[in-house]
Amino acid sequence: MFLETTADFMEVVNWSRAQFAMTAIYHFLFVPLTLGLSFLCAFMHTQYYRTGEEFWKRTTKFWMKVFAINFAIGIATGIILEFEFGTNWSNYSFFVGDIFGAPLAIEGILAFFLEATFVAVMFFGWDRVSKGFHLTSTWMTAVGANLSALWILVANAWMQHPVGMTFNVETARNEMYSFWEVLLSPVAINKFCHTVLSGFVLGAVFVIGVSAWFMLKKREERFARQSIKIAAIFGIVSSILLITTGDKSSRLIAEFQPMKLAAAEGLYDGGENADMVIIGVFKPADRIEPGEDPFRFGIRIPGLLSILSFHDRNAYVAGINDLINGDEEHDLMPASEKIERGRVAIAELGRYRQAIKDNDSSTAEEVVQKFSPDTPEGREFLTEYFKYFGYGYLQSPDDLKLNVPLLFYSYRLMVGCGMWFVLLFLLVLYALYRKKGSLPFPKWLQYAMLWSIPLAYLAGQAGWIVAEVGRQPWTIQDLLPTVAAVSRIDAGSVKVTFFLFVILFTTLLIAEVMIMTRQIKIGPKNDE
Amino acid sequence: MAQRNVSYRVWAFYRDGFRSMTIGRTLWALILIKLFIMFAVLKLFFFPNQLGGLTDEEKTMQVMENLTQIGE
Repeated sequence: MFLETTADFMEVVNWSRAQFAMTAIYHFLFVPLTLGLSFLCAFMHTQYYRTGEEFWKRTTKFWMKVFAINFAIGIATGIILEFEFGTNWSNYSFFVGDIFGAPLAIEGILAFFLEATFVAVMFFGWDRVSKGFHLTSTWMTAVGANLSALWILVANAWMQHPVGMTFNVETARNEMYSFWEVLLSPVAINKFCHTVLSGFVLGAVFVIGVSAWFMLKKREERFARQSIKIAAIFGIVSSILLITTGDKSSRLIAEFQPMKLAAAEGLYDGGENADMVIIGVFKPADRIEPGEDPFRFGIRIPGLLSILSFHDRNAYVAGINDLINGDEEHDLMPASEKIERGRVAIAELGRYRQAIKDNDSSTAEEVVQKFSPDTPEGREFLTEYFKYFGYGYLQSPDDLKLNVPLLFYSYRLMVGCGMWFVLLFLLVLYALYRKKGSLPFPKWLQYAMLWSIPLAYLAGQAGWIVAEVGRQPWTIQDLLPTVAAVSRIDAGSVKVTFFLFVILFTTLLIAEVMIMTRQIKIGPKNDE
Repeated sequence: MAQRNVSYRVWAFYRDGFRSMTIGRTLWALILIKLFIMFAVLKLFFFPNQLGGLTDEEKTMQVMENLTQIGE
């Protein structure tokens, strides 16, 4: 067997994956509200700065308090992910080396200086610093929070589409040769914009939902109405931009991660003018015959998948089977060939290790030349073999197959919620501007606003499931699968920490919900 | 003297800010408990750095071995 995948080892891999997924999911329950609400606080604070009205001060302070609760409870939950890198994913952490280290270091420094400094002035600065400096601090907190997200998303984007690096066989690490190529990669820019905008939409939905609760309770009507107005405008603008980045994301995935696209669309056999199943239900996986339609039923739009993926109705979209079996006509290499090439690259790395052990400098130098991007031979080896390095760890092409129903349904949940939010913002704005001066929201709309809050969280989680489950089996696309990235540790300890985290994070979440609902119930009136 | 005055004002700003907190006290308590659990319990007892204590060369050989032994 090429890859040692004993039951014990696979237990470590699967529990490590489960633990990372659980930590990331909990972490992202706290993050998006921070991103969106920070800007909404800044807008409201600006209103206070402009008008000097006490009403805007109370409104701003109320939303800042909600922001503070979420910020305090969510802060540092991401550090757990870094613990896991060092313990569970040590091969990965070393292999990615500086590429992951540089953006995370910048994130840490920025987060400390921008957030720690300006957050304090934002909360303590009322009547203690000048109004201009106070407002600037609120804006800088929002900018800082969102800039922090930039760096972690750049690192994540690199894992989806590794660029700006070269593998150094002598150190067994990837080394960055262009910081700008990593930072300005189209995947990084789009991922940052899409994620941050989804946070803005969640923030807007949250403010609208909480304000709707005040309306339902017939309390704080002006506060609710004005908060809804600002949030709805922010929400609709963010939603429109979110759709454009979502469209760009589809095209980038079609180009760089075609298996993710095929799985998210339930596309087994590709083709030109590819249909898109808008809504569908899968047949049980074990009852799908080769070449058979995998859907029990589905609403299809002819050519839509080609249009969304390549902005060309006649474009070819590869299916799961095409990517596994290869397709010469469309220049798709069979996965079995990629696996063979990956094994050649791994064998060369092994040859280097052995040469170092044997003090065989001429063999070591020969391998170094083979991996060198500075020689024609090296460039050829890197593009023809090392490019498929990660495939060498796969047992068979079937290891590339993804959980199609999970991706298909998650994608539709995310997009469906996104579309609902657009409609919600439009309905709210229509209701606001239809009858100026009154409180025009019908009861059903108030309930819809309130119950959209959990939908916004669901949409964000579904988006990450599409991004991360769709990246499997890779930690770094094509270069390092999870089976090679994981540390050789005891599965028992991973299980223990998994359940410890479940307890810790669930406690934090319950604490957040309890403290936040208590503060919301108190309302802006009693704000000190 | 002027610099000392600025330092005092900054210190007083934070001191008064912390003193006037209401819900903030609960939040700070939560943050400190959380950080204690994370760093003094989880990190210390459950999350050793697998490559900690090794030199760069040793780390390279260790990872190289991990990445290639499964290919033999």
